[in-house]
Amino acid sequence: MRRFILTRFLVMIPTLLGVALLVFLLLRVVPGDIVQLKYAGEGAFVPKETLDLERARLGLDKPLWRQFVDWMWGMVRFDFGLSMWTGRPIRTEIALRLQLSLQLAIMATVIASLLAIPLGTLAAVKQDTWVDHLVRIFSIAGLATPSFWLGILMILSLLILFGWIPPMTFTPVWVDPWANLSQLIWPALAVGYRYSAMATRMTRSAVLEVLREDYVRTARAKGLWEPLVIARHALRNALLPVTAVIGLEFAFLIGGLVVTEQVFNLNGIGMLFVEAISRRDYTMTQALVLLVGVTFIAVNFVLDLLYAILDPRVRHR
Amino acid sequence: MGTQTEKVVREYARRFPRGVLLMAALAFGFQAWTADTPQAATPETPQPGGELVFAVGAEPPSFDGHRETTFAMIHPVAPHYSLLLKFDADNYPKIVGDLAESWTVSRDGLTFTFKIRDGVKFHDGSLLTARDIKATYDKIVAPPAGVVSVRKASYAAVDRVEAPDARTVVFRLKWPEASMLANLASPWNFIYKADILAKDPRWYEKNILGTGPFKFVEYVSGSHWVGKRHEDYFVKGRPYLDGYRALFIRDTAARLAAVRGGRALVEFRGDSPAARDDLVRALGDKVVVQESTWICALTLVINAEKKPFDDPRVRRALTVAVDRWEASRVLSKIAFLKGVGGLLRPGSEYAMPEAELTKLAGFGKNIEASRTEARRLLREAGVPDGFKFTFKNRDVAMPYQPMGIYLIDQWRKVGLNVTQIVQETGPYTADLRAGNYETNQDFACDFMDEPDLQLFKYLSSDKSPANYGRYKDPTLDDLYLKQARATDPAERKKLVWAFERRVLDEMAYQWPTLWWQRIIPQWAKLKGWKITPSHYLNQDLRDVWLAKE
Repeated sequence: MRRFILTRFLVMIPTLLGVALLVFLLLRVVPGDIVQLKYAGEGAFVPKETLDLERARLGLDKPLWRQFVDWMWGMVRFDFGLSMWTGRPIRTEIALRLQLSLQLAIMATVIASLLAIPLGTLAAVKQDTWVDHLVRIFSIAGLATPSFWLGILMILSLLILFGWIPPMTFTPVWVDPWANLSQLIWPALAVGYRYSAMATRMTRSAVLEVLREDYVRTARAKGLWEPLVIARHALRNALLPVTAVIGLEFAFLIGGLVVTEQVFNLNGIGMLFVEAISRRDYTMTQALVLLVGVTFIAVNFVLDLLYAILDPRVRHR
Repeated sequence: MGTQTEKVVREYARRFPRGVLLMAALAFGFQAWTADTPQAATPETPQPGGELVFAVGAEPPSFDGHRETTFAMIHPVAPHYSLLLKFDADNYPKIVGDLAESWTVSRDGLTFTFKIRDGVKFHDGSLLTARDIKATYDKIVAPPAGVVSVRKASYAAVDRVEAPDARTVVFRLKWPEASMLANLASPWNFIYKADILAKDPRWYEKNILGTGPFKFVEYVSGSHWVGKRHEDYFVKGRPYLDGYRALFIRDTAARLAAVRGGRALVEFRGDSPAARDDLVRALGDKVVVQESTWICALTLVINAEKKPFDDPRVRRALTVAVDRWEASRVLSKIAFLKGVGGLLRPGSEYAMPEAELTKLAGFGKNIEASRTEARRLLREAGVPDGFKFTFKNRDVAMPYQPMGIYLIDQWRKVGLNVTQIVQETGPYTADLRAGNYETNQDFACDFMDEPDLQLFKYLSSDKSPANYGRYKDPTLDDLYLKQARATDPAERKKLVWAFERRVLDEMAYQWPTLWWQRIIPQWAKLKGWKITPSHYLNQDLRDVWLAKE
């Protein structure tokens, strides 16, 4: 097991280095630079000397290799540097938003899991009955409905029916749980529904597959109580691929909720990402890409470990 | 009731002829509007207290007014600062003192002497003196190495700033400049503390310390900005509010929802006609609308270095083919575009009156005759029917895209075949500056009606970094200098109009398509804020108050 963990861990290093190099180069290829955007946004007349001065201040006048080495050296020391747009530490900017994004991802995952696992199992057990059809319609509708669109519908409904919309600023859960919940429950529901649709279908097919296994037949033949057969023998084994789907989706939610965050005006990582890219804030974008990369790699790493724990065949392979 | 108010009420009466809305617009809207104007018959008594929450569509890159160019800095930050002079929102473009109690200008126009108010305190309790104003203007006019001052060119006439005693500031000029007083009322020129600037001239990029009506409380990046009442503010009894909170809401629909849902009472930059109508329909008498022409215009830039656009006949054909009057009628319903004008905001002091304007190429009212003229010009220049060219536009829906579509259609009617290339702001700006375009839709926004500012964009490209048309014209440069130094308004007007004729008619280098219309729907309980033609002005919130419900 120790060797398994070490191998997986070592694979992470070249992956991250590749991601870093790729994002660094891609950003420099895109036309338009941060200094022009900063000063030309509202048609202001800024002389070239001023633009050059600002470029030099941001280190953009240095050769590319030097900029990359400086950035990497900072990364090695866990120093993300300063945002080129705001001049504030990137670590602070990310930390500020990570709390919201993490909470939203957790809430959406909980909602999705609470919906998906029972519904998917029920649909599999009641295959081809009206229950199964209903669950399938519910999950297909979820897949077909973008979460941001559902979010817009929610906001419009709240506005029209109650003349109310969720709060626009984030309050940490320990400061005011009610304010926190009244802001985040809506996007969590919007995202969680779509997320649950995927997981429901995965649960259904996994349970169906497992229900045809010999060990389930054996359990039934022994006269085991059916709910116990489903819960202990079928569902437990079917959860392996479902865990993978939920885990990867969780990683995506950290930085991928761009439009939903925009609709609900959430100050999360997704919005920061979009702003950083549109402002050509190189340092911020690079840090965010690495963060998302690390999250995906870490989630994959944890999933690999989980697989190994849940399925002994994996660790002995 | 002011004519502008009448127009707004009449418009709503026309759009929503029945029901509650009309009554609301007439009764509540009228009352709310007139309360803020000198013409009000029964002015309401301001009520102290409360927190104003407003939406801002972007975030400030830094907090330093001297280096920034965006409303996203002005709206949350301006309430913390005072200016030397400012524009009187109720009587725009009248200039009044802010920190200056009074001032005199020498007969030769070379010396401006300001008497500073006594007992003005910074938010840290220290007293403001003339030294602080001198240090501030020294930073703006001649910034130290490594410090950015984006508007220093506007103060090229300033030779030096002196502070002979604690309450006197003297500006000595190298030459008389007509716009000097207005430039000293710039909303960007926050007055900073001399001691801080002496220690670190870049301190104000990330920190706040002023003498304005509100103290800084908190800025949460991506979320909000909070200010609270400055108890020692130099105007007794002001501000009325206990504080304010600016919510950063980037998405237009979310911003509109925030106002509609009451999470914010207003967005001070400006909304579209659709947003205005939506709010009026949803909130009825809870909302009032203020409108004004805006010192912002969309412009069509033509690359004079590219063939066949180096030929004035072709450029002239492009402008003659566009029916601006119809554009105003059609586009004002869907975008915040309205005014037909030359290089200066229609209706402003130096703007050409309509009778003069209609004599210029592209401003005539007989569009069929204009189109025939455009075809003739193209033929003479050897441009074949169906000639193809590209038009670069910004990927910002409001107001760029409606105008882009309109222009393409107008040119199609004279046999031109245009391909629109819509670009994100980054590449769009890069291409504009590098001359990588044939025609391009640009824009210009200023904080005041001032020929020095508005004409600057049209100078020779080696004189003006804002001229993307890539032409050089010594005649224009000469006219510009003459008007800038003309102290007689009538003489100056003549020179400004000569400049306009040269740019728009004789050479047709580049030209405004339509001027913007500023539309501010706000909750009726928000009082004491008056719209101005610039979204950079009147944002210190000093006179704003909230009516109790």
